[in-house]
Amino acid sequence: MQVEQISVFLENKSGRLSEVTAILTESEVNIRALALADTSDFGVLRLLVDDTEKARQVLKNNGFTVGKTNVVAVEVPDKPGGLHRILTLFYKADINVEYMYAFVRSSGDNAVMIFRIEKEDEAIDLLHKNGVNVIDGERLYTI
Amino acid sequence: MIHDIEYETMPREALEAIQLRRLQSTLARVYSSVPFYKKAFEEAGIVPSDIKTLSDLKLVPFTTKTDLRDNYPFDMFAVPMDNVVRIHASSGTTGKPTVVGYTARDIGTWSNLMARALAAGGAGRGDIIHNAYGYGLFTGGLGVHYGAERLGASVIPVSGGNTKRQVVIMKDFGPTIITCTPSYALHLAEVAEDVGVSFDSLTFKFGIFGAEPWSEKMREEIERKLNLTAVDIYGLSEVMGPGVAIECYEEKKGLHIFEDHFIPEIVDPKTLEPLPHGETGELVFTSLTKEAFPVIRYRTRDITSLNPEPCSCGRTHLRMNRVTGRSDDMLIIRGVNVFPSQIESVLMETEEVEPHYQLVVDRKDNLDVLTVNVEVSEGSFTDEVRGLQVLEKRITKNIKELLGVSAKVKLVEPKAIDRSQGKAVRVVDNREI
Repeated sequence: MQVEQISVFLENKSGRLSEVTAILTESEVNIRALALADTSDFGVLRLLVDDTEKARQVLKNNGFTVGKTNVVAVEVPDKPGGLHRILTLFYKADINVEYMYAFVRSSGDNAVMIFRIEKEDEAIDLLHKNGVNVIDGERLYTI
Repeated sequence: MIHDIEYETMPREALEAIQLRRLQSTLARVYSSVPFYKKAFEEAGIVPSDIKTLSDLKLVPFTTKTDLRDNYPFDMFAVPMDNVVRIHASSGTTGKPTVVGYTARDIGTWSNLMARALAAGGAGRGDIIHNAYGYGLFTGGLGVHYGAERLGASVIPVSGGNTKRQVVIMKDFGPTIITCTPSYALHLAEVAEDVGVSFDSLTFKFGIFGAEPWSEKMREEIERKLNLTAVDIYGLSEVMGPGVAIECYEEKKGLHIFEDHFIPEIVDPKTLEPLPHGETGELVFTSLTKEAFPVIRYRTRDITSLNPEPCSCGRTHLRMNRVTGRSDDMLIIRGVNVFPSQIESVLMETEEVEPHYQLVVDRKDNLDVLTVNVEVSEGSFTDEVRGLQVLEKRITKNIKELLGVSAKVKLVEPKAIDRSQGKAVRVVDNREI
């Protein structure tokens, strides 16, 4: 039920981000969601794409440091309190969220949030038990 | 003023006679008491008695910093430990320091040479010397201190750091001479300005600056900002410490080497052939009077040239020109010797990064700032920013522990570091000195 995310190490210098998008464009890889975390020196770009393996390979071939991480894509009711309910579930189960970001498209009436969390399997179980839908990779890439 | 008229102004012929006698005695002594030298002489196929003239010195093998390191800590000492009264050390190429020792007589010789140097730089009895060289294993602080006492000046052992307090002392104690690194002198000027103290209102006449390379441009700046006459002093712990060579304040054009105690040579750093006076190459020293730690043809790695022209100050000892560079890649950061190989050894122990690195040195507010650019490695790259920041901090801490120097560690992308002809450019020195 987990989704593969790739992360790219980027130095903070102009044009570096556009190099990533240029490489992906050329390889016809579609970006489905992304988040950029940065410090004064460097940034980490996290990407969900329609072809993880291909994206990873072309970026590596172009000299980027690329990592692969599992994240969880969760359907969040698109109304006040929707995200809060899920975060409360994690909090009570003592599951730490490393970071999260929003998916570009929605799934029906729901928004989609991407979570990087500890104890992923336990978290997925927890969400299922509480009636929260977790989206697998295949479906996510076709939303 | 000339402290030791007889020796400092001795006619060349008499000086060279003393040099030869002292050289022969030093060679005989190291041959019989230091196994390293005995072996080196044997491998070169010579015995001390083969050295019959000063020009025969070229037959004697060189000594390098690596040799000193291989004999860590005390195996280069030529006297038993119970005759050693002082030990100093400087950083070595792999983090192991180079250890040097002094007998009571060596301390006396050093004090005398340092007194000569202070006098050549304008100091005398009645002067108050603000000595801001670091006291400790580094030879700067104690070297100047003993020389000042020998000269009969009053010395303030203020050492390095705590700059605001130094400004108060300069204001209240009325020192007339300052001794420190040239970059610290400029830093002092800035801090003084910040706290509203003008050097024009202070009592300094002369400053004696060394322990790191500097330029004529920097001299002009120091003289203007500190309102004093600035002279250059040279020394290194392996040869003795500060006081191996000094500029006279009359000329300020090259540093007189105390040739009755040291023989300088300039060699081609590639072929190791001796070069004639005036040509630029690596400076090599042989000590003539040291007891505990004699050095024979020690390669300093400092690049300079020698000037035998007579000097208007009256000293007959030849002059070395300013050191213009190094024949290895050693950096001096805030007075501390830093070898890229030391940084490399820290990185080799850090799994998460490639041993590809670049040292960038800048001078900000007159203080050296070292940045270490390190390439992140593929295998251990984490998508969590926190993890990468912890990694930067850990490397910074390890560098500080091994080298005693604060560095800013900056993670960069793989292959971000320039490789010229397949070889990385390890050092970028942006300091304008």
